[in-house]
Amino acid sequence: MITHMKPSSGAHVGANTSVSRIMWQVMLAISPATAFGLLCFGWPALNLFVITVLSAVVFEAFCVRLKGRAAKPVIMDGSAVLTGWLLAMTLPPWAPWWIGVVGSGLAIILGKQVYGGLGQNLFNPAMLARVALLISFPIEMTTWANVSPLFFSDSPGLIESWHITFSGLDNIDASTGATTLGFIKTEFSQNRVLTDILKDTSGFLNFIGATRGSLGETSTLLLGLGGVWLIRQNVIQWQIPVSLLLTVALLAGIFHGVDSEHYVSPLLHLNSGALMCVAFFIATDYVTSPNTPTGQLVFGAGCGLLIFVIRTWGAYPEGAGFAVLLMNSATPLIDHYIKPRIYGRDRKGKPLEIPKS
Amino acid sequence: MLSFFSKPRIRGGVHAEEHKAETAALPIADNFPLPKKLYIPLQQHVGKPAEPLIMVGEKVLKGQLLAYSQGLISAPVHAPSSGVILDVNDYPAPHPSALPIRTIVLETDGKDEWVETPIAADPFQLNPEEISLRVGAAGIVGLGGATFPTAVKLNMGRENHIDTLIINGSECEPYLCCDDRLMQERAGEIIDGVRLMLHGMETEHAVVAIEDNKPEAYLAMQAAAEPYATIKVIQIPTRYPMGWDRQLIRYVTGKEVPVGCRSSEIGVTIHNVGTAHAVHKAIRHGYPLLSRVVTVAGGAVKRPMNVEVPFGTLISELFDFCEVNRQETARIIMGGPMMGDSLPHTALPTVKATSGILALTQSELKNTDEQPCIRCASCVSVCPAGLRPLDMANNIRINQLDAAVDLGLKDCVSCGCCSYICPSNIPLVQYFKYASGEVVARQQAQHKAEQTKKLIDARNARMERIAQQQREDELARIAAKAERERLKAEQEALV
Repeated sequence: MITHMKPSSGAHVGANTSVSRIMWQVMLAISPATAFGLLCFGWPALNLFVITVLSAVVFEAFCVRLKGRAAKPVIMDGSAVLTGWLLAMTLPPWAPWWIGVVGSGLAIILGKQVYGGLGQNLFNPAMLARVALLISFPIEMTTWANVSPLFFSDSPGLIESWHITFSGLDNIDASTGATTLGFIKTEFSQNRVLTDILKDTSGFLNFIGATRGSLGETSTLLLGLGGVWLIRQNVIQWQIPVSLLLTVALLAGIFHGVDSEHYVSPLLHLNSGALMCVAFFIATDYVTSPNTPTGQLVFGAGCGLLIFVIRTWGAYPEGAGFAVLLMNSATPLIDHYIKPRIYGRDRKGKPLEIPKS
Repeated sequence: MLSFFSKPRIRGGVHAEEHKAETAALPIADNFPLPKKLYIPLQQHVGKPAEPLIMVGEKVLKGQLLAYSQGLISAPVHAPSSGVILDVNDYPAPHPSALPIRTIVLETDGKDEWVETPIAADPFQLNPEEISLRVGAAGIVGLGGATFPTAVKLNMGRENHIDTLIINGSECEPYLCCDDRLMQERAGEIIDGVRLMLHGMETEHAVVAIEDNKPEAYLAMQAAAEPYATIKVIQIPTRYPMGWDRQLIRYVTGKEVPVGCRSSEIGVTIHNVGTAHAVHKAIRHGYPLLSRVVTVAGGAVKRPMNVEVPFGTLISELFDFCEVNRQETARIIMGGPMMGDSLPHTALPTVKATSGILALTQSELKNTDEQPCIRCASCVSVCPAGLRPLDMANNIRINQLDAAVDLGLKDCVSCGCCSYICPSNIPLVQYFKYASGEVVARQQAQHKAEQTKKLIDARNARMERIAQQQREDELARIAAKAERERLKAEQEALV
């Protein structure tokens, strides 16, 4: 086997990059949206966020210790923090503490470490945990707090927030409601049409993020900006987000054009729910997405298609998590069939023919 | 829209920090003191090693043939200076292993006395074959680092009717700028060498390609090539590995060399600027290849420079001249930092392939703390050959070498882009070199096993045949004996 001495082959110099640097860059990109979410949903959201991230780190350390390795260097690569963070962003902001802990446990242990740790998992850990939570605890996972910005009168204080986080909400209906997509879904079942349903919905508030939704997924604007920054930083490539968003917009456009009373407009699709977060930060996860540009286009388009289908006809109004998991399972297949052409060979791997001149 | 669909001309690649500024501005130093002893390896080229024709104790002159080329692909070796042959024996080679190879040790006498050299009055009156012969006799090999015998390439060019000769002045490796300086200072001689090569290959056109981070070299070469309509000097984007012959061929001509073919088969040949310069010296002045410009650079070098050194000079002497701080030197590299190999110590000679010697400090080196692959696919996007280094490395790690070969291990050119970009510091090229070597070793082992089996089978068959023969002989003998006894009995009966 390979012995790891001082390497004698190049490259002897390296680009200024490392795993932890990439993780920190992603965290930086999602921090504005997270901060805005924390601001909107107040102390209980912060409690949940801290609990989720901390327990992710603890679970990671526990697994690494089980393997008999030092935990500190593994924790320092930042991947556990990022997984916890992404999971927290997708949780209902006022969810009880055990949702965060169970979610982190699912993400780190079942989503990542059982496969062998960083880089080995088939499914995106955060999405795996979110979907498992959604199926197991549908009530807690669909209780969406009203927007009640920090330091305003209707925002729960610090002491009250501990009460919400650790022993649950007393009067659920007073301070919670449905997300835009969830609301539309419910109203469709009452045979109402879109113009009627959306009378009171503000597209602008959705865009800014001052609306009911997951902790860090409400702000289309901030998530989009963070994502574009990541692309500019060359941390992620444009293929997955662009093909994902385009596919959703295109499909929504076609159906909305045909029947604007029963199919949500593309703008509302792009503007709501987890779409931006998934497009820029979840679907682009290196480990679980294809590694060629063409493969990434296919992957993004597949995610977009599934998101649209689940949102439109499925039982879950917020179907992005399922879509990503399904496409994750297709990633090895995509990588098997879509690979770059090797120099001097054709697509099938046969040497090119010498051109007759 | 059409251009959108046409083949991309540059694929993959990285842009590493150049580190060329400090040496590119300095003239080539020619005041390197002649070493007391030169260690001249007999194999400084691709192909068979040269065969020595001198005796220990013999006095030789500068430029005198020390070892002749043997075989089709080989190159001779000449005395870089005058002096006495001390030894012909095995000495460490400038290679990561520093394993010994056959080397001539020459003690210089300091007189630098030349042997008589044949000069052609007008080389363009010579036969093209004669040009190749003289280039071959001068021991010229590709000075870009591949060290393929130039004469062989010229011959292949003539046989294949080349329409474009590309002169590689890209020098895409960081730190190195020996070609840059050569082009700036000796542009006229290089262009003359290019014309001689065109004549030697019976080719019409030459394109000199220079990366656009060397504007002075470009201007100098352009000025030198001005009078000749057949030689075009162009600027190419600065992007490692632009100097990979196949990348450059695709960029300049739009043609792609099929796997398993030589570029001459599609009508293109590529030579390095340093080689063109050596051709000029060999044909115009009759000088064999005795020295080359070497870049000495790196963070531990106090006086980084380009210096012309005779082959066989020990790196330690070169380091003394350039005032290398031995304490700070974390790694010694022969060649550039992307493709070069690290050397275990400095008691090794410079050879025809030595374009640079780097003494890098720890802070310049890539972190070697290996982390798990996060499948970021940076290596896929930077690979100029269109491989998937991460999948190859994963297969090699679990010893699935055949799977790695299926993924294109043999198409890897070890350019180092993947190792350079990897955020997990995985030494990918190291993996690939290990696997390639292991694949060859396994094939040899298998071949050996097959041969052994064949021999055993043959022996068994032979033994069986002998035994059969013996049995038959025995039967025949018994039959003969019986016959004899019968005859004897008959005779007795008659009596």
